[in-house]
Amino acid sequence: MASPCEGGRDADGAIMNPKSNHPEPPGQQIAPAFIEMRGISKRFGGVRALSDVSFSIQAAEIHCLAGENGCGKSTLIKILSGVYAPDEGQIVLEGKPHSHLTPAASQRFGVQIIYQDLSLFPNLSVAENIAFGHQVQTPLRFADYKAMRKQAQAVMERLKISLPLGALVGTLPIARRQLVAICRALAGEQARLVVMDEPTASLTHQEVDALLATIHELKRQGIATVFVSHRLDEVMTIAERVTVLRDGRNLGTYWVRDIDRRRLGELITGHVFENALKPPFTGKEHPVLEVRGLSCEGQYDGVNLQLRPGEIVGLIGRLGSGRTEFALSLFGMNPPDRGEIRVNGKPVHLRSNREAIRQKIAYVSEDRLSLGLVMPQTIADNTVISVLDRLRGPIGLIDGTLRAQTIERWIFQELRVKTNTADRPVQQLSGGNQQRVVLAKWLATDPRVLILDSPTVGVDIGAKAGIFQIVDALAARGLAILLISDEVEEVLYQSHRILVMRSGRIVGTYDPQHVSEQELRETIYA
Amino acid sequence: MPDRDPSFKAVFRRHDVQIAVIVAVMVVLFSAISPSFLSASNGVSLLETYSVMAIMASGLLVVLISGGIDISFAAIAAVSQYLTATILVRSGGNWFAAFGLAAGFGALLGIVNALLIYYLRALAVIVTISTMTFYFAILMFVTEGKSIYNLPDWFTADLSLFGTPFPVVVAGIVLLLTVFFLSRLSIGRQIYGLGGNPEAAKRVGCNLLGLQCFVYGYSGFTAGIAGLVQAHRVEEVVPNALIGRELDVLAAVVLGGASLLGGIGTVSGTILGIVLLAILQNGLTLMGVSSYSFGFVTGLIILISVSATAYAAKRQQRRQVRHAN
Amino acid sequence: MPTEASTSTAPTSPTRPSFIDWIGRNPSVTMLGGLIVLAVIFFSAMAPSRFLSLDTPRAMAFQMPELGILALAMMVPLMSGGLNLAIIATANLSALVMAAIITKMIGPTSPPQALFGVIAFALAAGLVTSLIIGLITGVIVAFLGVHPILVTLGTMTAVKGIAVYATNGGVIGGFPPPILFLGNGTLAGVPVPMVFFVLCAVLVAVVMSHAPFGVAVRMIGSNEKATRYSGVATDWMVVGVYILSSLLCWVAAVIMMARFNSARAGYAESYLLITILAAVLGGIDPNGGFGKVVGLFMSLILLQIISTGFTLVGFSPHLTEAIWGATMILAIAIALVRDRWITHLWLRKTSK
Repeated sequence: MASPCEGGRDADGAIMNPKSNHPEPPGQQIAPAFIEMRGISKRFGGVRALSDVSFSIQAAEIHCLAGENGCGKSTLIKILSGVYAPDEGQIVLEGKPHSHLTPAASQRFGVQIIYQDLSLFPNLSVAENIAFGHQVQTPLRFADYKAMRKQAQAVMERLKISLPLGALVGTLPIARRQLVAICRALAGEQARLVVMDEPTASLTHQEVDALLATIHELKRQGIATVFVSHRLDEVMTIAERVTVLRDGRNLGTYWVRDIDRRRLGELITGHVFENALKPPFTGKEHPVLEVRGLSCEGQYDGVNLQLRPGEIVGLIGRLGSGRTEFALSLFGMNPPDRGEIRVNGKPVHLRSNREAIRQKIAYVSEDRLSLGLVMPQTIADNTVISVLDRLRGPIGLIDGTLRAQTIERWIFQELRVKTNTADRPVQQLSGGNQQRVVLAKWLATDPRVLILDSPTVGVDIGAKAGIFQIVDALAARGLAILLISDEVEEVLYQSHRILVMRSGRIVGTYDPQHVSEQELRETIYA
Repeated sequence: MPDRDPSFKAVFRRHDVQIAVIVAVMVVLFSAISPSFLSASNGVSLLETYSVMAIMASGLLVVLISGGIDISFAAIAAVSQYLTATILVRSGGNWFAAFGLAAGFGALLGIVNALLIYYLRALAVIVTISTMTFYFAILMFVTEGKSIYNLPDWFTADLSLFGTPFPVVVAGIVLLLTVFFLSRLSIGRQIYGLGGNPEAAKRVGCNLLGLQCFVYGYSGFTAGIAGLVQAHRVEEVVPNALIGRELDVLAAVVLGGASLLGGIGTVSGTILGIVLLAILQNGLTLMGVSSYSFGFVTGLIILISVSATAYAAKRQQRRQVRHAN
Repeated sequence: MPTEASTSTAPTSPTRPSFIDWIGRNPSVTMLGGLIVLAVIFFSAMAPSRFLSLDTPRAMAFQMPELGILALAMMVPLMSGGLNLAIIATANLSALVMAAIITKMIGPTSPPQALFGVIAFALAAGLVTSLIIGLITGVIVAFLGVHPILVTLGTMTAVKGIAVYATNGGVIGGFPPPILFLGNGTLAGVPVPMVFFVLCAVLVAVVMSHAPFGVAVRMIGSNEKATRYSGVATDWMVVGVYILSSLLCWVAAVIMMARFNSARAGYAESYLLITILAAVLGGIDPNGGFGKVVGLFMSLILLQIISTGFTLVGFSPHLTEAIWGATMILAIAIALVRDRWITHLWLRKTSK
């Protein structure tokens, strides 16, 4: 592999440091690194997870480890936390080199990991969760609730946050649970580095601001934060420095204030997106889907929508804006209180998703892992699950030939899923290929309306392009597509028309040719 | 007491409080129908009859809280009962020896369960069904189904403490012991944690093998003691007397609010579950209803109770979804 | 449609599975096959004259079906991610209903036409009993979302309670020849119970792999929510699971009734946990979604060989049960070692 050239500056102005193998941000003294990982390599069987990666963390900084799925960032973190040992390389903690760490050693040094699922105990109180570390040390000791509450209180005061000590963690909303997890990371051992895995995945905008405030408080107390992410918004908003990994290699460390979003995206994905806006939609056919005044108490209100065959309408709104609830109403899984839905001009009452499918509406859920696919089962079964009734033979059993034809057509010919056989469990495929199976499943139902809810979540940025090419081809064939997302760029470049949803209402309709990303962001987050 | 939200609403929503209300209603009903229901002798005799079940339920409760399940405790009780009795008959002894042996054998057999579950990475229900089959079959094979009648006099002699029969005292001690370590000792909190989120427990550094051994060991420990008390009560050791009670005990523990998924359950709830079943059956007897109807009524109560709990949970979920928006 | 990445390979027909792949895809069948061979060798060595005769498979063919059909009744809920603890109780109540009708309405002096009419009526009544139990169970599991262990614990207790109450725990027995034929006769040399069992096994196998219902049930077993989001009426499928399970209980009831020439509330209770054992041993995943009837069939054969073999050698039936329990543990251990070995081999293959 080609390591970045030594000496001089690279295209972004990052200084190439001849001593260590990665570019340093310009105009910055190289402070003694708090934690340094040098030349880390790791293989799992035949797969190279990390190749000669060097990465340093300074004390009390806010650093993002960015990269698409599979780039090796999780592996690097696990090596730092002692779960894995590197095949080559060293971990240098305040100047002391180690060939590998153990979880205990890593924690002793002050490294605390907060996993994406937060690893909290829903059936125990906030105080018990925060103070749980102590319990583990001596199982036969008395459980001192007063001490636990004191400790929890102390941590919360330190971070200037307030949580109900006696509440069961399972009853708290996710943003508060995240705060509990951070408090726990800070309880007990002197934490000096907190590592967060995709921290803003389920947070609303305000909650992200609150999290940011907490992270800054950590910084004020001398605690460094490293968070792992692939979401550009998150990186640009939260991090001071960002290190980009791709295919197991370090592509450089940059100051966020010095790099622009597009360049960062290119570094992460590896190629420049030729983003061309779509020409305005000129279809004149009657709308295949019309929605008038659709409302559902507490979720969304007075939504109007029209979809013509071949049109791609983007619906954008942040988490909690009501967009998924609205989509589920179109799919028959969330009956609205008021309003009308018309398919091909005829009003319909969708009482179940089977009825929606009969009306030729299909919905690709944003949660592919638990709602979109049945992971342990085969690609083949996942493909035909929605059309089982159409595959019946004369005695009611599934016609093997029809089934094979369906799979051959949608998996291998139309969507080109990369696999030798359809009889493997679908969980063995990559994220992008899995999404293709999901599309195959829904296309097999012969839909006229396709609702895509965040279709590229968990898909490598390189594979995203492939997904959108598929979407374009489907539109060209006459499908009407509702593209729901919270990534402004995606919607801007992929839709003919953009609707912005906020607090359950459509607050704006835009033509991509005449609106900027900035404007859209302002409307979404106003 | 464990950290709890002390507000009144939260207290009322707790499962054990709901069961207590039902029990109270039943007591009122039955004492109205049958005057002898509320007599002291009836109450004491009832306690005595269900003390063996209470002891076994304590062990099962702990296993359920940890997220596991144990179907083998009745078989463990039978085996340790027989072994203990055989030794006592042959070599004599006293109550300390009796408890030591019974609890020891039970704990050992329970730890075998724990080791198999941990090292084979198998489902607890499958492993404990297998060990149950194995233990009980070996027992029947070796004993040829023969009972032990000649228990020592000191063993079968009627004992009571301040008028409370011995079985009830033992049950009380076991229940108190269970409450104690579940809510007062750190290991109890770890057991709740393990049941609430096993992955988190692993990451936080809990000694999973140790916890499993403790939990299943305790289940065996209580089973051993239960077998001993049973032998004392009926003054003989019958190999297959305790078999078939597994699901009754599970029913009582579940009625008391323990969740099959782990992380939830209390001793007070379990006691109430047993009390509910006991009062129900006793009330029916006093009313002159044939004892053959118990099964049906118990089954119906279980169905109603679990349905009501599930329905309430569903409504709670739907309310939370709306609230989140 | 565009391809995913620049280096995509054009998909061709599935590659021929290598030996390792085949073991990987049929782990239980290979392991069971091996254990069966071992068992046959063991018992042939221990009692060659008695074990290796035509009587042995014949005796097995009479004894296996009751447990076998009940095991099928347990398998279907297991595939859906649930469990049916009430199968024995359902079978017993169903048998009692049928027995009561037959014994009450047929005497030694009844004319032959009446005989078949009454028998048909009795069978229908037994079937309806089973179906009602299955429907109630299914509805509570599917629509109220109660854990199947708890629901079937309740129905098991309640159903057994009804049976005990109605009969005072007693036996109803003494059936006319046509019934007895079902339990002890042969059709072209094959014992009738075995015919029933094979028919049921084929039915379940075909349904689980080739009927929309079966595919849906397997998908529900692995992930009910995702299956529901794919447009499958999962609630009704789950109800169907417990109805099918109870239907099989009815068939088992007929066989048991015929073989024991009687019906009683507490029969065959020890079978309950053995059916779970047999299913899991046969490769049915207790978490749901996976399992084949062939595997179940083979595990039943293995269990039956052990049982019959032990009886012939003169071992106590208790020893048989002990070995069954130990076999389960052994099978889990073998599966663990085998999975590790397969992963190890696969890693070596891919790192070359």
